[in-house]
Amino acid sequence: MIEVSHLTKRYGGHTAVSNLSFTIEKGQIYGFLGPNGAGKSTTMNIMTGCLAASEGEVRIDGHDIFEEPQQAKRLIGYLPEQPPLYLDRTPREYLTFVGRAKGIKDKALPEQIGRVMEVTQIIDVADRLIKHLSKGYRQRVGIAQALLGDPEVVILDEPTVGLDPKQIIEIRSLIQSLGQKHTVILSSHILSEVQAVCQTILIISKGHLVACDTPENLERLFSGSAAVDLTVEAGEAQTREILAPLDHIRSVDVRPEGTDRCQVTLETDGDEEVCRAVFFAFSRAGRAILRMTDAKASLEDIFIELTSGEAADAPAEAGSEDDGEEVDEP
Amino acid sequence: MTAVFRHELSSYFKSVSGYVFGAFLLLFAGIYTTDINLNAGLTNFEYVLDYMCIIFLIIVPILTMRVVAEERRQRTDQLLYSLPLTMTEVVLGKYGALLVVFLAPMAVIGVYPLILSAFGNVYLPAAYSAWLGFFLLGAALLAIGMFISSLTESQAVAAGLCFLVMLVNYFITSLAGFISTTAFASFASFTVVILALAGIVWFMTRSGLASGVLALVLEAVLLFFYAGDTSAFEGFFPEVMENLSLFDQFYQFVNGVFDLRAVVYLLSVSGLFLFLTVQSLEKRRWSE
Repeated sequence: MIEVSHLTKRYGGHTAVSNLSFTIEKGQIYGFLGPNGAGKSTTMNIMTGCLAASEGEVRIDGHDIFEEPQQAKRLIGYLPEQPPLYLDRTPREYLTFVGRAKGIKDKALPEQIGRVMEVTQIIDVADRLIKHLSKGYRQRVGIAQALLGDPEVVILDEPTVGLDPKQIIEIRSLIQSLGQKHTVILSSHILSEVQAVCQTILIISKGHLVACDTPENLERLFSGSAAVDLTVEAGEAQTREILAPLDHIRSVDVRPEGTDRCQVTLETDGDEEVCRAVFFAFSRAGRAILRMTDAKASLEDIFIELTSGEAADAPAEAGSEDDGEEVDEP
Repeated sequence: MTAVFRHELSSYFKSVSGYVFGAFLLLFAGIYTTDINLNAGLTNFEYVLDYMCIIFLIIVPILTMRVVAEERRQRTDQLLYSLPLTMTEVVLGKYGALLVVFLAPMAVIGVYPLILSAFGNVYLPAAYSAWLGFFLLGAALLAIGMFISSLTESQAVAAGLCFLVMLVNYFITSLAGFISTTAFASFASFTVVILALAGIVWFMTRSGLASGVLALVLEAVLLFFYAGDTSAFEGFFPEVMENLSLFDQFYQFVNGVFDLRAVVYLLSVSGLFLFLTVQSLEKRRWSE
């Protein structure tokens, strides 16, 4: 559906996006994840033709966004980070303008506008000036604009920023319902959001693509270095003694609490036998385990590991060649 | 293109700006018609337009200041970039709406000579060629104003800059008269113009090299001709300035001459600045 190959964008001496390549398949919800300033918005702006790339190309269904912008742009609905709304218009007037610009015939227009207003639930405010609407409603008008003309791909840049928790939940479920008909690409710097909504996650850091996989796969990939948290009824020395003979444990961190209790964190190699072994070891010693949690590397950890590792690695300009592969050989 | 055109047009007539503009133009037309045709009893309607053209200094900046600058400030330009529209369509749509807003009161003014001719001997061809000249002058100035608006995101800056350009354009002929007609004065004046040009290029591209090279090349060319034939430079600068003034082109019509050169000149200026506006919008896509 969308092919992005070797995309690079430089602003003067600063490289915002470096040699980015990925493919978007039809009918899924994709999440662009990255810290602020990672190059998400720049990438999305290039994909939608708002910005020219320094190098590389973007093809929407085979149409190059710069050589055949008219055909390519018809396939895309885009909501930029700041919804581009004419504040002194009503949503209905605004959508009429966008619909005409997208080449919808005047006859079909009222029906199309009615449909997108229904999907985004803005019929109640259709004839109020946009400047009097709340941020959540403005965001919906922005999404309605992107949906006009029934584009195959809907690209939403940070659709939930600045909304209150209730609005965030509403917009998220709206996005999920969009995923049934459209290919949706959304960006966010909030991990839980992407995890909740998206089927595929692309993690971007400093203009490089550092990971691209499903949330489950990403977790599995990184569970290689899982951890186990324990609270045990034993002194520090005794705890170490009990744990010493066990296999699959890479390191032990014991933090005594009072005389007869310890908090323990075990770093394991991911083998699932560890928890059982630990349980029986303490049971044989006649010591109680008060709490045991199997702390798999969460997406949060993966995210931090990937994005901060990148920071230590290199200045953004250099060594972009192999960053794409890092994911496969963790 | 029609989408942008209709959208723009409705924004002029939904807000007061379109009506205020029209009322202002008609007010001035009324005052001067009363003064010149009715009170003084002259039958030349062209003089009314001649006196009126100073109001372009005010109405052009007011009408054009928001046209592109406001899109940028509200970030709605991103919408225009992402819609399946070319920048040429956007610019032509916006310019078309500006022309219609300008044409509406002009159509009313166009009736005046007919009314006057019922009570006296008005030479209609002269009146209407002046009317056409006035419209073309306005169209060219609106194109310049739109280009200036595309350079900034601040309406105030756009209005100020536009007013300055209109002012210089209006008074350029009289200002040129103050410059000494010696060859060296012309040479010095051209040097100043070259420096200003280099400054504009620097502002647009932020490239010290490009503007520096441009200034040096132009200055070298100037020096070459100056050294080659110094006497040709006597009075040359004021002459060039007079020919550059858009208002001077309009005065041809007022004097009863339907000057085809002036028509072509004003149309080319409109075309040039529309082209530059398109480029200015396209450029944002490359740098941002």
